[in-house]
Amino acid sequence: MNNSSTIVSVQNISKSYWREKLEIPVLSNISFDIPDGEFLSLMGPSGSGKTTLLNLIAGIDRPTSGTITVSGNNITSLNETSLAKWRSNNVGFVFQFYNLLPVLTAYENVELPLLLTKLSKKEKKEHVQFALETVGLADRMDHSPKQLSGGQQQRVAIARAIVTDPTLLVADEPTGDLDKHSAEEIMILLERLNSELKKTIIMVTHDPRAAEKAHTTKHLDKGELS
Amino acid sequence: MQIIKLVFKNLKRHLLRLFLTIIGVAIAVLAFTLLKTVVTAWYAGVDAAANNRVVSTHAVSFIFPLPLTYREQIARVEGVDKVCYFNWFQGVYKDKNQFFPRMATDPETFFDVYPECITTPEVKEKFIRTRNGCVIGAKLAKEYNLKVGDKMPVTGDIYPGDWEFEIVGIYKGRDKKSDETWMVFNWNYLNEQIRATQPSRAEHVGWYTFTVNKIDKIPQVSKQIDELFKNSEARTKTETEAAFNQGFISMSGAILAALEFVSYVIVGILLLVLGNTMVMSARERIREYAVLKTIGFTSSHLTILIMGESIIISIVGGAIGIALTYPLVAGIGEALARIFPIFNIAPSTLIFAIFFSLFAGVVASAFPVYRATKMSIVDGLRHIG
Ligand SMILES: Nc1ncnc2c1ncn2[C@@H]1O[C@H](COP(=O)(O)OP(=O)(O)OP(=O)(O)O)[C@@H](O)[C@H]1O
Ligand SMILES: [Mg+2]
Repeated sequence: MNNSSTIVSVQNISKSYWREKLEIPVLSNISFDIPDGEFLSLMGPSGSGKTTLLNLIAGIDRPTSGTITVSGNNITSLNETSLAKWRSNNVGFVFQFYNLLPVLTAYENVELPLLLTKLSKKEKKEHVQFALETVGLADRMDHSPKQLSGGQQQRVAIARAIVTDPTLLVADEPTGDLDKHSAEEIMILLERLNSELKKTIIMVTHDPRAAEKAHTTKHLDKGELS
Repeated sequence: MQIIKLVFKNLKRHLLRLFLTIIGVAIAVLAFTLLKTVVTAWYAGVDAAANNRVVSTHAVSFIFPLPLTYREQIARVEGVDKVCYFNWFQGVYKDKNQFFPRMATDPETFFDVYPECITTPEVKEKFIRTRNGCVIGAKLAKEYNLKVGDKMPVTGDIYPGDWEFEIVGIYKGRDKKSDETWMVFNWNYLNEQIRATQPSRAEHVGWYTFTVNKIDKIPQVSKQIDELFKNSEARTKTETEAAFNQGFISMSGAILAALEFVSYVIVGILLLVLGNTMVMSARERIREYAVLKTIGFTSSHLTILIMGESIIISIVGGAIGIALTYPLVAGIGEALARIFPIFNIAPSTLIFAIFFSLFAGVVASAFPVYRATKMSIVDGLRHIG
């Protein structure tokens, strides 16, 4: 950790994938810090490695070399189980295609991450209700994903991401599959989570209108950051 | 909500598929239990043999008779307790399809050598006194609605002629393993008739069954008896009753082996049915598993989720299969009572069936569990499905 206001520190990160012994370099020697409370947008052409970088910071993928420190934890040195536990406590995920479980109601989808906690039934209920109220869907909690619009599903997904009260929120093209109006709503919601709930947000996007809402925008091209 | 609730929600996803898989498992378990029961019934004769009983037959084949004079000689051998003897009579009762053992026996010793056939001292007494007296098992009595005092007309085949037996008593089996379908009649009646018609066949018995007072003496006693008749007109082959019955069964050994084999093939089919469903389900849910892992679910959580679903299907299917087996076995047991006098689901079969259901549940989910836990989150999320 470089100083007290840095939440994410990326140092000399490189990442390659292998396809049948053929190395596909995706990221090469990237370093940067993200201050606490930041709302960062990552832009760049398709295939430039945005998702890869986001996944590394969120601890669902591992770099080929380099270290990533989040809130003082070197997550690159954690084993699978510790990393899973770390994710469940520290990171909220928002995906382009919402990725809700179709068999669960909105309420149950939001409750999902809490199954891994030791919270009491009552506490769980309070957390879920708070998260659903925050995204403005408390009245839809018994609906299944099929019964919700794309924008509503994404809001349920955001509620699921914040229900454990993580410090870091990562979003991979959260508006990529939405119409203009719904996208706008999602961006306003993310902005509120950043300003009111003090979540640090890292968002990958292709949409310049979405990027406008962020404090900072970084561009990734051919594996390098600018 | 608990993880187990998620298991049930997943189960309900494709109700038709769930239903078909459960039926598939149920049928497989049913078939397995039935086959096992048939094999067990076949072997029941061996199991029912008292372990202190020994049988002497003609050394060449048990279809050749032995002289009645052997009886005294066998009885004199050290360790031999009570000597009984039989002639397989067969004959036709009512029609050719009525199959149950009909044998001539020594009324004096039959109930001593077969203590599992329970009756009263009066019946034993009457059996000895009545020239054409016979005793039948309780199951037989019920089946043909026969009672003491009734006449049983039988047309002879091995021993030609028209025979009429009088029922002097009905015996009950000591336990479920005891055969209650025998008809035994006074050997003297048979011998008298033969003496009159075919004198050369008279004074001969089919085989001797006798008890030995100490089980560990059986090998020695058997050897001694076979030695005794080594140079006689009819040499003997002496073995335990269990071995004798086994020999009877070994004729159908190939069929039994085939049945056993098929019962294990069924277990294989069960695995395929369930495995197919589990692989299909897991494939459809790869992305969901990746999302769960992203959220922080570990390999053990996913194992519970996938294996739990598989085990529930296999246990429910197995339970239905076993439940269906009972009425079916009862029905078959009644219909084939004369072929399989003892037709019960053995406890071991039940344990096998439960074990195999559970085993199938675990094995069928092994591959999907392996895939889901080994899959990298990134690959799972990129999966289009
Ligand atoms: N699991 C993987 N296995 C092999 N190659 C991969 C894998 N994930 C990503 N890649 C490759 O790495 C490169 C970067 O992919 P990534 O998904 O990070 O790009 P992106 O910037 O998010 O693109 P997009 O804007 O289209 O989402 C691509 O060339 C991609 O094919
Ligand atoms: Mg991407």
